[in-house]
Amino acid sequence: MIRFTKVTKAYPTGVDPAVKDVTFHIGRGEFVFLTGHSGAGKTTVLKLMFAEERPTSGDVRVSGFAIGALGRDEVPRLRRRLGVVFQDFRLLDDRTAAENVAFALEVTGARPEGIPRRVARVLDQVGLGGRGEAFPRELSGGEQQRVAIARALVNDPPVLLADEPTGNLDERATRGVFQLLCDINAAGTVVVMATHDLDLVRHAGKRTLEMRDGTVVFDSSADATESW
Amino acid sequence: MNLLVREALVSFRRTRTLSALSVTTIAFALFVTGLFGLVLVNLHRALEEVAERVQVVAFLKRDTPSQTISAAMSDIAAFPEVLNVQYVSEEEALQRAQRELAEFQSVYRDLETNPLPPSIELSLRPEDRDARHAADVADRLRGFDFVDDVRYGQDWVQRLDSLRNIAGLVGLAIGAAFALVSIVITGVTIRITVLQRAREISIMRLVGATDWFIRGPFLLEGAIKGLLGGVLAVLLCAGVLVAFKAQHIGLGIGLAFFGAGEVALLLAFGVLLGFTGSLISVGRHLRRV
Repeated sequence: MIRFTKVTKAYPTGVDPAVKDVTFHIGRGEFVFLTGHSGAGKTTVLKLMFAEERPTSGDVRVSGFAIGALGRDEVPRLRRRLGVVFQDFRLLDDRTAAENVAFALEVTGARPEGIPRRVARVLDQVGLGGRGEAFPRELSGGEQQRVAIARALVNDPPVLLADEPTGNLDERATRGVFQLLCDINAAGTVVVMATHDLDLVRHAGKRTLEMRDGTVVFDSSADATESW
Repeated sequence: MNLLVREALVSFRRTRTLSALSVTTIAFALFVTGLFGLVLVNLHRALEEVAERVQVVAFLKRDTPSQTISAAMSDIAAFPEVLNVQYVSEEEALQRAQRELAEFQSVYRDLETNPLPPSIELSLRPEDRDARHAADVADRLRGFDFVDDVRYGQDWVQRLDSLRNIAGLVGLAIGAAFALVSIVITGVTIRITVLQRAREISIMRLVGATDWFIRGPFLLEGAIKGLLGGVLAVLLCAGVLVAFKAQHIGLGIGLAFFGAGEVALLLAFGVLLGFTGSLISVGRHLRRV
């Protein structure tokens, strides 16, 4: 589903590349942690996956899209096949939970008559059935992140990218969101989660890619790394 | 389409102060352009009124047979530049001189013979009331052998021409400058709106909205703001004209307001301003995100 081959990403202003010669492969149905300290390159790797950034060299492939060669008008097509969630939720404060989720369907031109049903289904799935009319300010951090996840899932993407999704949450909410991501993964969606919560990573027993100074220094599924 | 209108209205509602500021900015930019337009419209009207007096007069040799004159008059009336032709006999010329030159009434009364020749007076069609066409017509009139002399006030017709040219040129230059300033100011105002909604734009992009989809509501919003600004500007211009007329009765009485076409033009310019300003601002923003 996701393949990085000798990928380097250098920013014009940066001295060192943010990502250096990174190679890995994430197959169907996998749940992968991307770990490392701040500035290790986790976020850049995720940004390369949803074409927010383009590789300086090397090849990035996500769901069949070659990111390096992706035209600007093709980016929306890629994004509709990906769900992305962030630490800061990125919800629209003046819209209800249901409207935030519906927004993702509306802007991609989904048929209006099917939207309420799909929104209700995905809100149920993330455990927010009945909270659809609440505004983000009326929801806890964990609930807001669930709305963001619902929005990411509503288009049934095969891949879900999560950049520190539990970074702003307390322990209980963290466990809840993580369990939700595991459930989503169990239903067949590839989940890539960047986090520096090593406790969570240690106890989860999922594949882990550890990054340091822009390179992948450890892959818990060493076999997969070697085969690429 | 529904979504487009809804998003544009949502944005309007959410950024009320900023929207009001954009509309006011566009309104003032168009108001200044409109005021200048009013000056031009009235200057143009004044010049047209002066130009109506452009007349070519052919003085005829005395004793020209009336059949010759009437035959020539129908030829002359057929000149493409000519609006109408009028024969002024010697007697009519004298009566008119007595009437119009009251100071010399006694001189004319005491005359034993009428010194004034008969003449043919031509008025030209509005588009031909300039020095070149008047001179052309004069030349053709001189070709008739019963025509003694032709006058058309060459000096002042030429002066009128250059006045018209200057007015047109200044109008174009200042109008273009005002339009440019309007575009820049409007662009900046709309840019603030775009920046205020940067978060929303980034979310739209994140969930896979196309650039055109993102632009849509902004363009509609810009066009609506432009239209509202235009309406406000027309009202302001009308207000200024009314106030000016009230203050300067007598002087202002003949001042004209825009015709329907010019009002439509100003509104269309407003819509174009809002639309272009949005297109540029959103385009620049999208290129960076």
